[in-house]
Amino acid sequence: MTLAEVVLGVAFVGLVAYALFGGADFGGGVWDLLAGGTRRGARLRARIEHSIGPVWEANHVWLIFVLVVLWTGFSGAFAAAVTTLYIPLTLAAFGMIARGAAFAYRKSVTTLGMRRFFGAAFALSSLLTPFFFGAVVGGVASGRVPPGIAAGDVVSSWVNPTSALGGTLAVLVCAYLAAVFLCADARREGETDLAEAFRARALVTAAITGAVGLAGIAVLRADAPLLYAGLTGRGLPVVALSVAAGLVAIGLLITRRYVLARLFSGLAVAAILVGWAVAQYPYMLLPGLTVEDAARSHATLVALAVALAVGGLVLLPALVFLYRLFQRAPHEPEDARDVGY
Amino acid sequence: MSAPDLLARGVVENLWPARTQMALSLGWHIVFACFGIAFPLIVVFTEWWGHRRRDAALTELAHTWAKAMGVLFAAGAVSGTLLSFEMGILWPVLMDRFGEVFGFPFVLEGFAFFVEAIFVGVYLFGWNRLSPRAHMLSAVPMVLAGIAGAFFVVSANAWMNNPTGFRLDANGHVVDPRPVAGMFGPSTWPQFTHMWLAAFMVTGFLVASVYAVGMLRGRRDRYHRMGLLIPLTVAAITAPVQIGVGDWIAKTVATNQPAKLAAMEAQYETTAGAGLSLGGIYRDDELRYALEIPYGLSLLIHHDPDAVVPGLEEVPPDQRPPVNVVHLAYNVMVGIGVALLLLGAWFGLVWWRRRRLPTTVWFLRAVAVSGVAAVVAMEAGWTTTEVGRQPWIVYGVLRTSDAVSPAPGLGYGLLAVIAVYTVLTVFTAVVLRRLARGHDTRAPQEVERRADR
Ligand code: HDD
Ligand code: HEM
Ligand code: HEM
Repeated sequence: MTLAEVVLGVAFVGLVAYALFGGADFGGGVWDLLAGGTRRGARLRARIEHSIGPVWEANHVWLIFVLVVLWTGFSGAFAAAVTTLYIPLTLAAFGMIARGAAFAYRKSVTTLGMRRFFGAAFALSSLLTPFFFGAVVGGVASGRVPPGIAAGDVVSSWVNPTSALGGTLAVLVCAYLAAVFLCADARREGETDLAEAFRARALVTAAITGAVGLAGIAVLRADAPLLYAGLTGRGLPVVALSVAAGLVAIGLLITRRYVLARLFSGLAVAAILVGWAVAQYPYMLLPGLTVEDAARSHATLVALAVALAVGGLVLLPALVFLYRLFQRAPHEPEDARDVGY
Repeated sequence: MSAPDLLARGVVENLWPARTQMALSLGWHIVFACFGIAFPLIVVFTEWWGHRRRDAALTELAHTWAKAMGVLFAAGAVSGTLLSFEMGILWPVLMDRFGEVFGFPFVLEGFAFFVEAIFVGVYLFGWNRLSPRAHMLSAVPMVLAGIAGAFFVVSANAWMNNPTGFRLDANGHVVDPRPVAGMFGPSTWPQFTHMWLAAFMVTGFLVASVYAVGMLRGRRDRYHRMGLLIPLTVAAITAPVQIGVGDWIAKTVATNQPAKLAAMEAQYETTAGAGLSLGGIYRDDELRYALEIPYGLSLLIHHDPDAVVPGLEEVPPDQRPPVNVVHLAYNVMVGIGVALLLLGAWFGLVWWRRRRLPTTVWFLRAVAVSGVAAVVAMEAGWTTTEVGRQPWIVYGVLRTSDAVSPAPGLGYGLLAVIAVYTVLTVFTAVVLRRLARGHDTRAPQEVERRADR
């Protein structure tokens, strides 16, 4: 493995982490959207808010991390991709603004009208943002981003069959991950009925995702032959792993083993992304720009590798601390001052 | 139309919207970034003090501020995300050519953000999951990450002002990039220090002004008095230091960016014994209607009344920044800086002699406007820096007009950003006002506990 591949590999791990953790946060918003009327959906929404609250900002930084590593180590490919795909990226950024702000602001307002408004903004943008990200991935993976600044078509690079597939799958996968993650959260807090509700949602979403994935094969074959060849060739074992992990996860959901189900669901999603990477290796921008060609100077890559290693040593324990802290029940009794609203 | 023509057309059309969009997004983000840098320290100090003295008013202040911090952090995070996209979307040539040199501090900043975001979550939602001691300790990484984040991002900006850490070959390609050296150019330390102090001034005066308004409306209980006292003390201590650092940064500009200094002073002719001019309008290579302090500039920059200060005439006309904007912005910053220093001195003097807040209405009124004034000073400072660097995006190396993306339709992005930020500003203001008014509403973690049932 070359240094460039190591650095890109670490950025890719960041992307997978964003898809899993950030994705689950987005999915939480999707379920918030579909939770039904104010009264009926109240508990479901509260559960989602409770689970996302402490972690969403940290989960969101994975994206920033991926961007800055790419623009430092692979500046040309980065510039090519963001200028050609600037429309869906800007829309995704707006989506993230609406989502983050609405989520945080909703907590601080108490009137029903305001909470409803922010809630709607949060939920709707949770649906749109992953769609645009999926469309971006579709554009890159189907080879619609040529090297060179704004060299690709700013519309057809993301309005195309592969992007539509990518966007749809992204939304579905986010929703699925959220439902699986929330099953365990709800059960831990003793809300078994909510756990059941999320379990049903997870199973339904899994079925839909599987169906879309199957249909997607035909789309890729017609629209992105290089990717298709890669996925069915060199990437096939990884894709098979993803399917197997997905099936195991469904089995675990059916038997209500939620914590393990999380693990296998995560594996299934990660494997699909790895499959994409394997399929287009050694190209960064299909069909011509390889990772080696895209990589910038050795000195920069060395600095990056050192920074990533040292930074990782600081970051990982902190992340583990964060997740563990909020995956257990609070140790202090509830505050008597608390009055309902 | 041939490809170069197309490219040129896109660039001409896109330049103004792209600059405006960048300025708007940065100008918005920086206000919240100030809170990210300075607020955690103020809040955790208040928490610690309240805990130690078992003072309910202080603890309640810390609670309210923590809630506000949640809102402010969210605003900072989401606006920062847009910025990271914009660096590539709007200025791809900058990133393409120089990303390998000055992208590095942004990577380090990514880690700083990570740590900050993690411990923001821990701090805001951990009140009932951690012991008071552990809770206060969880603010430490947040404070350190805020400092580190500010350093890294400002060092990127300092690099744009005084690029170091690379060589260019005959074709203008970067060779031998040294990303770490790029972080420590001549502007880095003065700019970082100045920005760091600005964050404390902005946060201190803004928070204090909220309570000054409350006191003007007759709420003079201990909660309001302390809400004014703590942040105002921070700001008042910072203000004089900031002026000293301002002197340092001005000298750095004089040495490294003479064109910017000339624009700041609106001075066309290279002069010995140059005066310091305040206000005025610069037209036809001359500053009119300005107030001049004889020998002021030479004294300030070189500590010598007869020293020579180069004027804009030394720079080819196509390399001169827009003078009026830079001169005015600079005057506004310095003027407000001095005014805030005087306000801090008033407060300090009364406190020193009488051990209490000044009680006059005029003092409270002054504090009430000081927050907005500090923000204006900071925005003016950035305007001086960024517009004064024009026409360069990387000083002396890459022109802004050569860095912009030629993508069609980019200009609509500006309209969209204006719309999004208008809505965002309105809602941020509404939510913060609610928090300021009803300080007895539940903290986030309490809302959450309620939701648990
Ligand atoms: C509360 C905010 C605040 C206050 C009171 C001052 N400044 Fe400032 N100034 C800033 C906030 C700021 C800033 C926004 O933080 C800038 C923009 C870039 C930077 O590093 O700091 C800045 C930039 C800036 C620059 C341009 C630096 C460059 O282009 O590299 C100069 C020369 C000064 N300042 C000088 C002063 C002086 C002489 C002051 C004396 C009163 C002063 N500032 C008060
Ligand atoms: C590390 C921090 C910063 C970086 C990397 C940065 C980068 C940039 C870039 C790429 C541009 C567009 C090119 C140009 O017009 O020069 C720009 C312009 C601008 N930025 Fe900054 N900036 C930073 C900090 C700030 C902040 C905090 C402000 C706050 C107000 C600011 C205000 C502006 C303004 C007013 C312009 C427009 C200048 C003009 O062209 O007229 N900048 N900056
Ligand atoms: C081009 C310039 C800039 C970019 C690309 C940028 C990017 C970002 C991003 C992505 C975040 C969110 C991190 C998160 O998700 O928690 C953020 C937050 C922050 N930024 Fe910026 N930023 C820029 C300019 C600045 C400047 C000039 C400063 C201050 C000197 C600053 C200080 C901060 C701080 C302290 C935070 C964390 C606190 C908060 O979330 O409010 N940034 N920035």
